[in-house]
Parts: sequence; C-alpha cells; structure tokens
Amino acid sequence: MTTADYERNMVLATDTDYKVIGTRPVRHDGADKVTGRAIYGADFDAAGLLHGKILRSPHAHAKIISIDTSKAEKLDGVKAVVTSKDFPQSESRKDQWLKDNILASDKALYAGQAIAGVAASNPHVAESALGLIEVEYEVLPPVLTTQEAMASNASILHDSLTTEELGEDTGVVSNVASHSQHVKGDISKGFEDADVIIEREYNTKTVHQGYIEPHNATALWSPDGRLHVWCSTQGSFVVRDSLAELLDLPVSMVRVTPTEIGGGFGGKIPIYVEPVAALLSRKTGAPVKIVMSRRETFEASGPTPGSQIKIKIGAKHDGTLTAAYAWMAMEAGAYPGSPVGAAVQCVFSTYDVENSTIDGFDVVVNKPKTAAYRAPGAPNAAFGAEQAINELAEKLGMDPIELRLKNVAKEGTRRPDGPVFGKIGAKEVLEAMRDHPHYQSDKAEGTGRGVSIGFWFNIGFDSACNIAVNKDGSVNLTEGSTDIGGSRTSIAMHAAEVLGIPVEDVRPSVVDTDTIGFTAVTGGSRTTFATGWAAYEAAQDVKKQCIERAAKIWDVDANGLQMEDGVISSKSDSELRMTFKELAEQLSDTGGGISGSASVNPSGVGGSFAGNIADVSVDPETGKTTVERFTCVQDVGKAIHPSYVEGQMQGGSVQGIGWALNEEYFMNDEGTMTNSSLLDYRMPTSLDLPMIDTVIVEVANPGHPFGVRGVGEANIVPPTPTIANAIYDATGKRMTQLPMSPGAILSVSPE
Amino acid sequence: MKWIDFEKPKTVEDAVKLLSDSGGNARPMAGGTDLIVQLRVGDPRVNADVVVDIKSIPELNELSYSSSKGLTIGAAVECYKIYGDANVNSHFSALNDSATLIGGTQIQGRASFGGNLCNAAPSGDSIPNMIAHGAVATIAGPSGTREVPVEDICTGPRQTLIGDDELLVSINFPSNGSGFGANYIRFIPRNEMDIAVAGVGASVTIEDGKFTSAKVSLASVAPTPLLVKEAGESLVGETVSEEAIQNAANLAKAAAKPISDMRGTADYRKHLCDVLTRRALNTAVERAQGAS
Repeated sequence: MTTADYERNMVLATDTDYKVIGTRPVRHDGADKVTGRAIYGADFDAAGLLHGKILRSPHAHAKIISIDTSKAEKLDGVKAVVTSKDFPQSESRKDQWLKDNILASDKALYAGQAIAGVAASNPHVAESALGLIEVEYEVLPPVLTTQEAMASNASILHDSLTTEELGEDTGVVSNVASHSQHVKGDISKGFEDADVIIEREYNTKTVHQGYIEPHNATALWSPDGRLHVWCSTQGSFVVRDSLAELLDLPVSMVRVTPTEIGGGFGGKIPIYVEPVAALLSRKTGAPVKIVMSRRETFEASGPTPGSQIKIKIGAKHDGTLTAAYAWMAMEAGAYPGSPVGAAVQCVFSTYDVENSTIDGFDVVVNKPKTAAYRAPGAPNAAFGAEQAINELAEKLGMDPIELRLKNVAKEGTRRPDGPVFGKIGAKEVLEAMRDHPHYQSDKAEGTGRGVSIGFWFNIGFDSACNIAVNKDGSVNLTEGSTDIGGSRTSIAMHAAEVLGIPVEDVRPSVVDTDTIGFTAVTGGSRTTFATGWAAYEAAQDVKKQCIERAAKIWDVDANGLQMEDGVISSKSDSELRMTFKELAEQLSDTGGGISGSASVNPSGVGGSFAGNIADVSVDPETGKTTVERFTCVQDVGKAIHPSYVEGQMQGGSVQGIGWALNEEYFMNDEGTMTNSSLLDYRMPTSLDLPMIDTVIVEVANPGHPFGVRGVGEANIVPPTPTIANAIYDATGKRMTQLPMSPGAILSVSPE
Repeated sequence: MKWIDFEKPKTVEDAVKLLSDSGGNARPMAGGTDLIVQLRVGDPRVNADVVVDIKSIPELNELSYSSSKGLTIGAAVECYKIYGDANVNSHFSALNDSATLIGGTQIQGRASFGGNLCNAAPSGDSIPNMIAHGAVATIAGPSGTREVPVEDICTGPRQTLIGDDELLVSINFPSNGSGFGANYIRFIPRNEMDIAVAGVGASVTIEDGKFTSAKVSLASVAPTPLLVKEAGESLVGETVSEEAIQNAANLAKAAAKPISDMRGTADYRKHLCDVLTRRALNTAVERAQGAS
C-alpha cells in the first residue's frame, strides 16, 4: 500500500466477494428519524397518563434522618408519592445498594441521588409537590477523589463495605471495595533488565457520555400484576431483569418495550427512573411517565470515573519492552463497581511484554454510581500508558510508531491479564498509521503531532433473531438489540447476504421482551457481531427451508438443490430454477409459510485496536488547543456497513477529543456539580473539530461468519493520549491531568 | 412552574402601566432567550406573575441612524437585524462582533442587545462593546424618560438600576468620527455556543498617529461588566505603540476582580484580561487606521 492509494475515508478490505456486506445502503429507520416521526420515550402518551418527578438530595454525603411526604400527598393534583419504603425487603447488601441508587433509604451518597418520587396530573404540580416533601439530613463530609477516599482518615461511605483483597474479604471497613492484581513474569527482573525507565502519575476527572436524549420511562402496572415499561435503554432485557429483581417479580411478569434511543454509549444500560415510575403506577393504577432534565442526567445517571493512574515501563536500548507496571485506582461512585476491571484488561494489551504487573483498585466516592462509557476504563488507562510509550520513544530516539511495532502483540501473545490473543490486527493498524499520508506529511508550522493506539476486547453474549418470509419476497426480521448506531441495518445486511436478496427487502424491527428471545445489551461492541450472527443463523434456517420446499414442489432430493443470489436451482437440472420471490408467492399453497429463528451466544469474539494521528496547535497566550488534523485507523474485522463503521470511528474520536480538552464534572467543595448543563459541560461542537479522517483496516475475525470484530469502543481509547502527545510535541509540556483545558495547559511548565 | 399572565402592549405607556401596576412582579420580555429559561427552571430572582412582551412597541423596534443623532437600537431589536443593517455595517461595524457572537443563529433571531443589558450577566457579550462605544440607554418610567450611560446600568450580577416600573426603550450610540475603531473579543474554550471566560470591548480614535480617545471595558471578571477608565485614559495623547497598548492591558488586568469557578480560575481570568485587552486594542487600532 503506497500513500498515493489512500483516500479521505478508506477501507483496506480483505474480501470483496460479498454482495451486500461492505455496501452502504440507506438505513431502514432513516426516513422516520430525519422527518421527526420516530417515537422516543419522551414522546410516549397514553390515556390517563400521570407525570412523575423526583426529589433529589442536595447533599453529596448525608444520613437521611426522616422523610415526611404528608404535605406533598395533600397537594391538589398529586396522585401518589413513593420512597425507598415502597420497595420489597432486600435480601442482600448488594440488592439494597441497587435499590438505594434508585431511591435512597438510610444515606444519600451523592448530590442528585433520588429520595422520593411524585406522580401528579401534570409535571408542574409534581414539581411543586417536591418542594413540600420534608427531608431531615445529617450532613457528612464528602469524599470526592480516590486519593481522599483511600486516605487513612477518610470519611466512610458504607459501614458495611469491607475491602476484598485479591479475592479474599479482609473484613476491614474502608472505601476500597476491592484490590485486584495481574502478574506475568517477574516485574523486578524486567526493570533490572531495562536500560531506560519511564515513570509517571496521571489523573483524570469524571466525565459523562453526553447522550442528547435524557433518561425516560413510562410504566403501567396492570391490575393483573403485569408490569409494562416503555423506555429508552440499551438493553430491554436488562431493564426487564433488573425490574424483576428490584420489585421481586418473576421476569415473565415484566414486559419492556424499547423506544427509539437518542444516544447511550454505555450510560443507558443501568435503570434509574424505571422502578420509580413502576412504583408510582402500582400506587395509582395509571401509567406514569418520568423524563429526566439535563441536570438530572448529569447529576443522577452513570458517568465514567475520575481516576488516578501510575505507570512505570522499562525498555532496552533497542526498544524491546522489558517491564510494564500499572497502578490504577478508579472511582466507582457511590456504590462498588468501577470499570477498573476492564482497564486492567486493556492497559498494556497492545504490547508483548515479558514482565508485567497490574494493580487495580475499585474505590467508592460521593459521586453518582459510574456506568459504562464506551470501552469503560480503557481510555483512562491509555491516557497514562500511551503517553509513557511516547516518552520512552523520545528517550530512545525511536519513532513512536516503530517502537510500538517492535513490541506489538500478535496472534499467540499472552495478554498481561491472562488470555492469549487469537488473530488480531494491532500490527496492521500501526502499519496503516505509519504509511498514512497524514503521518508521512510534514507538520504545519507551529503544530505538534501525536500518535497512540488503544485496545478493547469486545464481547459476545446472547442474541436472538426471527425471520418470516412475506409472500412478496420480502422478509420481516425481528430482533432485540436496541439500535444506537445503525445496527438494525447492519443486522438486516447479514440476512440479506445469506438469502441473496436486496437489504431493502428485509424489514428489521427491534421488538419488546415478550416478542423475541433473550438478547443481551447493546454494548461491548457486540451487537453487529452477535445479533448479526443470530440473523445469519436465522437466515440460514430460512434458506434451508426454502430449499426443502423447492424440493417438495419439484419432487426432487433437497441435497441436489442450492440457493444462491436469491435463486433456488438444481445443481444438475438447469430447468429447475425459481427465484426466492417466486417461491415466496406459493408458500401458502405448498405447505404453509416459512420462518426461521436462531438464538446464539458466540464465543469467537475478536478484540479491536484503534490508533490515532493528530496535529494540534496551542495558543501560547491563552493555552487553547485547536485540533488541526485527526486521523483514526481501526481494525474492524469486517465492515458490514462502512459508513456506520466510519460514523462509529468518528464519534469515538470526537468524544475522546472532548474528554481530552474540556469535559469534566466540576465539583465544588461540598461535592455538588456546578456545570451540569450542556453550556458549561463543554463537549465539542462541530465548530471545534476538523473532519475526522478514517481508515478501516479489515483483519477478519475467524470467530464470525463474515469476520466482524465490533467497532463501537476501541476508537475512544487513543484520543486522550494522542492529543496529550501532540500538545507535548507542540509545547514541550507533558500533560498528566485531564482535561487539558486552556487554563491547565498554561499552568504547566515545559519539560 | 406556576401560571403566569402574558401581556403584549402596543405602546411604551401601556407597558409602563402594566409594569407599575404589578407591584414588582412583572418582567418585560424581548426575545425571551434568558427570561423563559429562568422562568422554566424556577430561578428565584425571576419570580414573575406577568410577562410583558415588548416586541409590538414601535420605539423598541427602532433601528435608525443619522450623523447628528448617531445610531439608535430599540431594546427589542434582534441581533440578526443589527448585523443585517447597512448603517451598522457602515458606521458601527464593531457592534457585529457581539451581534454575531451571542448564542447561535437561532438565538440571534430572538436575542437583543436590550435584553442582554437588562439581564445584566457579568458575561453579557454586548455590554462591554456598548460601553466601549459610549452608548447611552433611554429608560421610560411612570414619571417620564431618563438617559443613563450603559456603564452605569448594571449594579450587580443580574441587577440593574432600571426600576421594576421602568422599561428600557432604546440604546443610542453617538456618531464617531474618522479614525475610530472598536472591537469586542471574548475567550471561550470552544469556538461557539459558550460563555465568556473573559471578554474585552475596546474603542480608539486615532489622529496623526496618536490616540485622541480610548475606552476599555471587561466582561466576566467582576460582578458587572466593567469600564476601566484608567486603561482608556492611559492611551489618550500617546503615540500608537506596543508599549502604550501593553500599559493599557496591564491596567485592565489590574482592574479585573474575577472569581474562580467552573469556567476558569481568577488568576487565569486576570491573565486573559491582559491578553484580550492587547488583542482587542490592536484590532481596534487596525480598524481605526483602515477607516481613516
């Protein structure tokens, strides 16, 4: 591949034999979305609908002494008020924590935590009623960072939380929920063998996914005991199962209908307002809708954590990495469960290092309970590790991409956390970066250039798909993966490829939990991989039945028939030939309709690597960084729909750039977020960004019929270190804290 | 949110009567880009029972220019009309620095300089610019009208000396002679849709290579937009030079009394006053010299 062969957005394809896979059809839900007809959760309406609002704690850390709802209940128009007392009795500590994050019982652990819910005839009455609820608090000092939380004299969030040390409960009450460790080789020997060692500490702030649509839910608890919930979620079955657990119901008594979703990025996996709406509906017998405000979305959903990361790496003069050590403490938020467990799986996984040790700490603090955000934990880790690699390259006098290539992980490399890589594309991504005209070009005057690479492992899990043949030769495809990135179409393309029909003849629908087999969340970059695979299998089922039906019609042996490009034909008799459409017309007369189905839980997951090249300029007087040019290269296995893959790569890059430059939860000393609006939570707008150029690398995943790896997450991992490395190149300043805001850059001295 | 009455008077007199009859619980509304948001979130400082829409009053929609009277911008004139106006573009083009900066395109279709002034946010992007232009506000009340320099209007964050029973009618910008140039710039971490971390309005008049008048005004670095008289006065009589401009920038920096918040630290904001004053004055000088 020479640089002249590159285009602005390009696909380095490995396979061109497909008819539908790899094309760029218009999305099935496109017209509804651009004309405003698509139904989102906040659009939901029903006869007798009540509106719910939630009273939230103004304190980051406080004991709840009492809650008096009597005045609110008497307000004209108020139909019901609920508190944590309306939940069934908890059976375990963990169960209680789940409930407390929905409606706090004994303690408020972050400013914004829900205390009580009100249902009223209109939202304004519900809002007024909140002001009539009297809550007595005993305010406690807040703990806002891992450093504060791990200090010996720290204020304790949970009297019942004891530290789990390397899998064993220590019995010691602290804010450290757990300490995990992964050891490979001998780290001491590795550093003894090193000629050059880099060691630094990095700190990052809490950031939000920034989805535009706030959380919302409508619940109707019917007199027959069945609960129906309509909501914006990344996983309707997760909502169903979580509600069943919290409300002590069999899963079959809960039905969840996912509405269209205006962004999630991991943040719409947990539930927040759904159980409150359900409890209010049980009390009133009416449907109850709750829609969060923007402020609530920031203060009371699940951001991704602030973190403290120490990195130490060593290498020989020739660039061979001999040792890599990471110490990572991540904020779980109010209840245990930070993404540090995922971060340890990613921090050094790009490299084949003989000796490594990774310590991970899950730490509770007085902030909202963190949720997933696109490759959760990995960008925090990469912010440290990938700056250290660049620093090492500089000390060794090596090109930073060549240093990475020298140590790159390949098929057969054992990751620092244990698993052995199958076929991966880390090397191919680095080579594509090195050869890209962006990297080959001279930097513009006054700009700095940075590079880095990131890894995300991706997941498989359960997916189901049904396909029914219509008599006009089209098929109805139903599946359970809520569509946050064009997955409806990419899943439909799997079926179209197998059946040999145009993708426009596949009608995909995302259906409710009563209508499709169990399907895990849209997350972990799994949807096109796993639900796509379910569609592939369901289509194979349809194809097999079509061949059998044709055999019956022609009275021949099915083994002598084939179906290709939408035509069923005999392998030996050229007279026996029928299109899929012709067969579809006569199904009713020849034995009945055909439908296929599949439920899968594929294990052949392929991890994804993404790399960036960025050029930035920094105003020396104001410290403001301008991203002048940005290129994202990612191994996607196989791009089913390259436009949506490019969209994912660009979207992850943009979110990473925002995280790098300006995004942060700005907390005051009392632990209240002071910038909970889209005005002051500074996500980049289109005017703050260059066009993000993309290169799709296709190193097919042998674990998927079309080679898919999953593309949603790896691309957010490299932007923060890439921008940091570029700022260093432009200014000589090594930025070890996020965000790298103008004021922060001015306050750091050049190395 | 409670029920609020809505009135749309056709004359200044009717508007003033509505305001004075409401016992302090009426709020005039031009574009509503601040007021509606404040009402919606239940801002305790805006506890209105009556919203008085002033967009149907002719005097508040005036946009006129004559060399003797200068430029008059009615309190309800939207930003897009300001930057679309031939007289503004010929004689007061620096006002466009603010008119094109406030909000985005949609907001500029509603928002007005008058509303920006009455909202009295320390960060109001049109206020330092108006101050640097020597603008004077006309305010109507039950006992007639009065004229007040714009720099005296804001008395605190979101507080003005305009009474509850008074109405801002228009803002007048005196004609400027040849050799006049002005500029407003702000610093934001993004490139659009943001609130000034610091902002500077500057105007100069230059004759024979010397400053004959100058004004410097700051946004977002004090409880109100600030006129830094000493910065402007330091330039008068001086030859146009980097040193003179730096000296004025130092005075502006010294006058700033910012707070630290999520938009920037106090030290950073003071530093920006230096940088931005220098940049604004340099642009004003370029424009003045281009104009002469």
